[in-house]
Amino acid sequence: MSDLVIRGGHLLDPAAGVDAPKDIFLKAGRVADIAAPGKLKGTNGAETIDAAGLTVAPGLIDMHVHLREPGFAHKETIVSGTACAAAGGFTCVAAMPNTKPVNDSVETTRWMLSPDRGALVRVFPIAAATRGSKGEAINDYAALKSAGAIAVSDDGLPILKDGIMREALAAAARVGLCVIQHAEDTRMTAGGSMNQGPASFRLGLRGMPAEAETSIVERDIRLVSELRDARVHLHVAHLSTAGALAAVRQARRNGLRVTCEVAPHHFLLTDEHVGFYNTNAKMCPPLRSAADRDALIEGILDGVVDAIATDHAPHAQYEKEVEFQSAPNGILGLETALGLSLRWLHKEAKLPLGRVLSLLSAQPAALLGMKGRGTLAVGSFADVVIFDPKAEWTYKVSETCSKSKNTPFDGWPMLGKVRWTISEGRIAFTGQT
Amino acid sequence: MTTAAPTLRRQLSLPQAPPSPFPYHQGSLLSVQDLSLDQINRLLARATELETMDPIERDRILFKRRIALLFYEPSTRTRTSFELAAKGLGADTTLVSNLSSSIDKGESLKDTGLTLRALGAEAIILRHNSSGAAWLLEEATRLPVLNAGDGMHEHPTQALLDLRTLLQKLRPGVTTVDQQTLEGVTITIVGDIFHSRVARSNMFLLPRLGATVVLCGPRELLPDLAAKTGPGIEIERDFASALRRSQAVMMLRLQAERLAGLQLDIDDYRESYQLTGPRLASFAPDAIVLHPGPVIRGLEITAGVADGFQSAILDQVHNGVAIRMAVVERALNAAKKGTPA
Repeated sequence: MSDLVIRGGHLLDPAAGVDAPKDIFLKAGRVADIAAPGKLKGTNGAETIDAAGLTVAPGLIDMHVHLREPGFAHKETIVSGTACAAAGGFTCVAAMPNTKPVNDSVETTRWMLSPDRGALVRVFPIAAATRGSKGEAINDYAALKSAGAIAVSDDGLPILKDGIMREALAAAARVGLCVIQHAEDTRMTAGGSMNQGPASFRLGLRGMPAEAETSIVERDIRLVSELRDARVHLHVAHLSTAGALAAVRQARRNGLRVTCEVAPHHFLLTDEHVGFYNTNAKMCPPLRSAADRDALIEGILDGVVDAIATDHAPHAQYEKEVEFQSAPNGILGLETALGLSLRWLHKEAKLPLGRVLSLLSAQPAALLGMKGRGTLAVGSFADVVIFDPKAEWTYKVSETCSKSKNTPFDGWPMLGKVRWTISEGRIAFTGQT
Repeated sequence: MTTAAPTLRRQLSLPQAPPSPFPYHQGSLLSVQDLSLDQINRLLARATELETMDPIERDRILFKRRIALLFYEPSTRTRTSFELAAKGLGADTTLVSNLSSSIDKGESLKDTGLTLRALGAEAIILRHNSSGAAWLLEEATRLPVLNAGDGMHEHPTQALLDLRTLLQKLRPGVTTVDQQTLEGVTITIVGDIFHSRVARSNMFLLPRLGATVVLCGPRELLPDLAAKTGPGIEIERDFASALRRSQAVMMLRLQAERLAGLQLDIDDYRESYQLTGPRLASFAPDAIVLHPGPVIRGLEITAGVADGFQSAILDQVHNGVAIRMAVVERALNAAKKGTPA
């Protein structure tokens, strides 16, 4: 790989406290030097990127994606999924284990990390918390961690049994991993295909009550507090309800290490967006009420929400073109997360640009303990996103890098266009002007 | 990690749900909500015209036009009356049912619809066990789709035939409706509201004509949030109180096929919600009794009431053919000038 100089851009690195015009020298996959414009030295032979008028920031980190490999390559592959990530400005993605086979082994974790997979940005496997994600017996976290797992989760399924969840939290803490919980009491959501409320009644669809999420989050928080071990880290995946957010807020006040992520579709859309059975508005947890949506925005603004994660979940078109109750859960997310976050959190809700970027990079890096990521301090990995923060554009799913097209955001206005994504010093994506 | 309490809610302008693109075809009838009062009046008037027309003349209206009936659930009344309606207008019909077709082999609804279209079907009448199936089929085929019942969601022709029956019994001589036509009229729907597409279509339609719809049943079958469906809808759990207010009472069958593991004490249910002769005589001696069928005698309603002088159950069945003739004609002739839209 050739060395790179990024000239003329505005460096915004919240973790390092930098918000100024800077030139950046990337060498051998790392940040080698940062200097005032025109002041870099020793960059002979390096390729130059002209970032005039653009924002240069740490590459985005999505701690919740489904790359579908192994097992579901008709939906997405590690190649297509990481191409999507690069197009969206992401340089790191944490891949959930609900593949076929379920990633509950050292072998599958290593298989995903093999250079043969052709990933365009860095993939961090999240290993299954329990064998086969069946919620019955926990896996060997030490072995999974040394194979490269960055966290454990049974995402798509909750860990329902108190004893197993307690064991998972304690065992993960001993090896320095967090447990990411898909908080859904499936005993309350059986047969449900959207949020329980007036809209589900009107549409004749069985509902998934908000309490199904809240009750598991509250149960998990109780388990964390009973364990009395500061290393225990519970992370709530795709938090979608006001009740669960309040529980996380209270847990923080009590000094517990309980964190959460929110997906753009949950802070922007409500169950009314299901319209007449739009399966591209079907995911789990489902789109919630306007009150829940407002609470999530509030939580992002006041800092209780730790990260924005997309829950990128590709499904083939034919799989989604079925009866609503039979359609699989999930939507794409990697290509729209930055554009939606800037449009609605920054422009509309006035969240400072640095805070938005932090939710999309520095904070998830810290949650997952990624060293040298989420910042562009000298010595860090050369994971960079260069984007035009003022550019307005329209998302067209016909141009997606994904193998799938399941998004409710086709034709939506976006703010902030990615021009380059650099993964460990290598240009992974070049956007059009 | 921050623990700050929520500050005052910001006044943000967040994205609104986009307008519905449905129906794609103006001949479709997916939901009663798609019909304006004008369109309802045209259908009611046309139903009467078609009913009284010389059958030989009527036979020419859709002579040799092709209509597919696609049925994923068993049906007696709806299927037969749609079929008689289409044939009464001269159309050729073909019945495709999930039990005797490639649906059984795993063919999707979309592919089944495209196949019927390729075979020359000009409209599809769909009965399906999934809510929203008619929307999926219409989007996929862009043909006129008539919703003959989608899961727990809607059954629009049933609501129209119920309206025709209510007008005949409660507003004799009235042939057109407006926002006041049913003012002062309370229609109580009793029983398994949650699983009922008949209840939903009537709840969406009758309040628009000024009626009050009272829903009556136990919590397991009638969640509180049903009252939030729209204006003019109330919940009254006590059957006697509901009956006292009612000019019409619509009994629903317990839908065993949709109860999905729900445990319900049938004896308790009968005790609280069965429409019996004494109940009717004590609390609603002048009300008419409706039932969309199939009637399970001795469960939600006694045989005596089903066959009694207040019962309009067979009037409903009879009205189904007339209403469905008007709806089928509209489906195939909607795009043509000079015919009722």
